[in-house]
Amino acid sequence: MTLHIDDVTLTYPDGEQRLTALDHVSLTAEPGTLTAIVGPSGSGKSSLLAVAATLITPDSGRVLLNGRDLAQLSRTETAKARREGIGIVFQTSNLLASLTALDQLLVIAHIAGRDIDAARIQAMDLLGAVGLVPQADKRPSQLSGGQRQRVTIARGLMNQPSLLLVDEPTSALDRHRGEAVLDLLRELTTDRNLTTVMVTHDHEHLATADAVIELTDGRIATLADGDAVEPGVVAIASTR
Amino acid sequence: MFVAIRDLRHAKGRFALMGAVVTLITMLVVLLSGLTAGLARGNTSAITDLPADHLVFSAPAEGQKLAFTESSITPSVQQEWASVDGVVSADPVRIAMTRASGSGSGSGSGSGRSAAVAVFAVPAGSALAPRVGTDRVVLSSKAAASLEVAAGDQIELTGQLVTVEAVSGDDEFSHAPVIWAATENAPSSGLTPGNATVIALTTTGGADLAAADQALGTRTLTVAESLSGIGSYTSENGSLQLMRVLLFAISALVIGAFFTVWTVQRSGEIAILKAVGASTGYLLKDALGQALALLAIGTALGTAAASAIGAAIRAFAGTAVPFVLALPTLLFPSAVMILLGLVGAAVSLRTVTSVDPLTALGSAR
Ligand SMILES: Nc1ncnc2c1ncn2[C@@H]1O[C@H](COP(=O)(O)OP(=O)(O)OP(=O)(O)O)[C@@H](O)[C@H]1O
Ligand SMILES: [Mg+2]
Repeated sequence: MTLHIDDVTLTYPDGEQRLTALDHVSLTAEPGTLTAIVGPSGSGKSSLLAVAATLITPDSGRVLLNGRDLAQLSRTETAKARREGIGIVFQTSNLLASLTALDQLLVIAHIAGRDIDAARIQAMDLLGAVGLVPQADKRPSQLSGGQRQRVTIARGLMNQPSLLLVDEPTSALDRHRGEAVLDLLRELTTDRNLTTVMVTHDHEHLATADAVIELTDGRIATLADGDAVEPGVVAIASTR
Repeated sequence: MFVAIRDLRHAKGRFALMGAVVTLITMLVVLLSGLTAGLARGNTSAITDLPADHLVFSAPAEGQKLAFTESSITPSVQQEWASVDGVVSADPVRIAMTRASGSGSGSGSGSGRSAAVAVFAVPAGSALAPRVGTDRVVLSSKAAASLEVAAGDQIELTGQLVTVEAVSGDDEFSHAPVIWAATENAPSSGLTPGNATVIALTTTGGADLAAADQALGTRTLTVAESLSGIGSYTSENGSLQLMRVLLFAISALVIGAFFTVWTVQRSGEIAILKAVGASTGYLLKDALGQALALLAIGTALGTAAASAIGAAIRAFAGTAVPFVLALPTLLFPSAVMILLGLVGAAVSLRTVTSVDPLTALGSAR
């Protein structure tokens, strides 16, 4: 599904005034492509993902997923959209304390009303893809930070999303694991024709991206359109 | 219930503590209900067991409450009630509290025991107590036990020697065991001789009781309504019911407080579940299911414990402790506990609906 963010402005309440987190941002992400979002801390990267994830409604602008404006949906409808088509991998690993790694994935199937036993196979496959089969029965408190982050990534894929939103997936991983996760995202994006948008701090990741968007103070500083751009060019462009 | 069940298992200690509170409160409420019902039986069973649907009292004076102790119905009114349209039978009863003593058996050796009793006096041959006759009385089992007499023995009732015709039933009135006697053997104290305390009516649906009341200067109540005319019953029952209501209220509050704190504490997890697409309905079902599971287990344990205690009371104390162990006194309080617990837990649902899924982005756990 094509994600089309069109002239979106988002402000947060900030005392008496409002803080502009996104300032007339537009971007398009096509199925089968991996879009990277870079920018300094506080530049609005997570906010942009939140808007795309329907977790927050922008002050103005449109968020089109396959032509449907997500910004116009009710709370119930956005929950359904997230349940059915959007995979979210949070910046901080957000797991449920009482659930084992396997259950963290199964609950997604349960929420969607799917058969749990059938989902178990898929969940174990995903845990295998992030190298966590031995930890399937461990609760978050028994996992390392990197393991928790990998569970979060597997969970984001559990509802077989067509739009995958990933916020710094490798921040808690060692180089080797980080590369493996990135390869996995790359592979899934191509194989399953996912529209993947990934926030990253790591400029090495930009090489795998089809497009790179740099945010500064809520504005798009550089829009590098995937097909034509060489990784090196992106790196230069994003650092200006 | 996917998450709810795992929460119950994971936070065992917290839920066990709360479950224990539910168990204890249920136990208290069920025991209190059994005691309330037991005391009520001791106060009212002679009235509720009457083969009648209505009782006729003399109309109380202005500003006075209707009471068995105040009611007095003259023989002429008794007769007129019998001929009211739709009245199938009208049997006068003269009720008096007095003392009786076991004054000797056929062999002449008196037990010498005396006890407070409620004398229900009826004309010989009354349908209310067919075996009663002049100088022949019927004792309730408790009266026989406290006087240590059996059928065939003699007892002394307000100065007269009467024979125990039979021991039957376990009726009590105002916590005194009942002795059925003939009107001639009734204590003369209180009521004008010949007057009755109440008339026990069986009626057809068509009887215009209000009109008859108006014409005859009486007040007719259903048997259930008439219980309020037993002073000891209304005062006891009132305070016991108040205790029960307070216990119910306390349990609802405690459960409400527990689930509110619990829900606020896990609002971060609720945000995550919302962010990954859980509908509010899904989350509410999860939360209420959790409360229901806790309440069901807690009340089941509490009810079981209370019935065990009730059975033990029965086994060791017999009828000395007024305690009724019956399905209604067990199940009604448990059902109310579960219902009020859910109402309490429902207070926390506001938190569930108001959590913003956006907070899932920021909170680290
Ligand atoms: N819920 C919120 N309420 C108010 N202000 C917020 C909220 N979330 C973010 N902000 C502000 O909006 C701006 C953008 O935040 P955002 O989280 O999008 O940044 P980011 O680019 O993801 O940063 P980082 O790289 O540190 O994760 C920041 O100034 C932040 O303080
Ligand atoms: Mg961020």
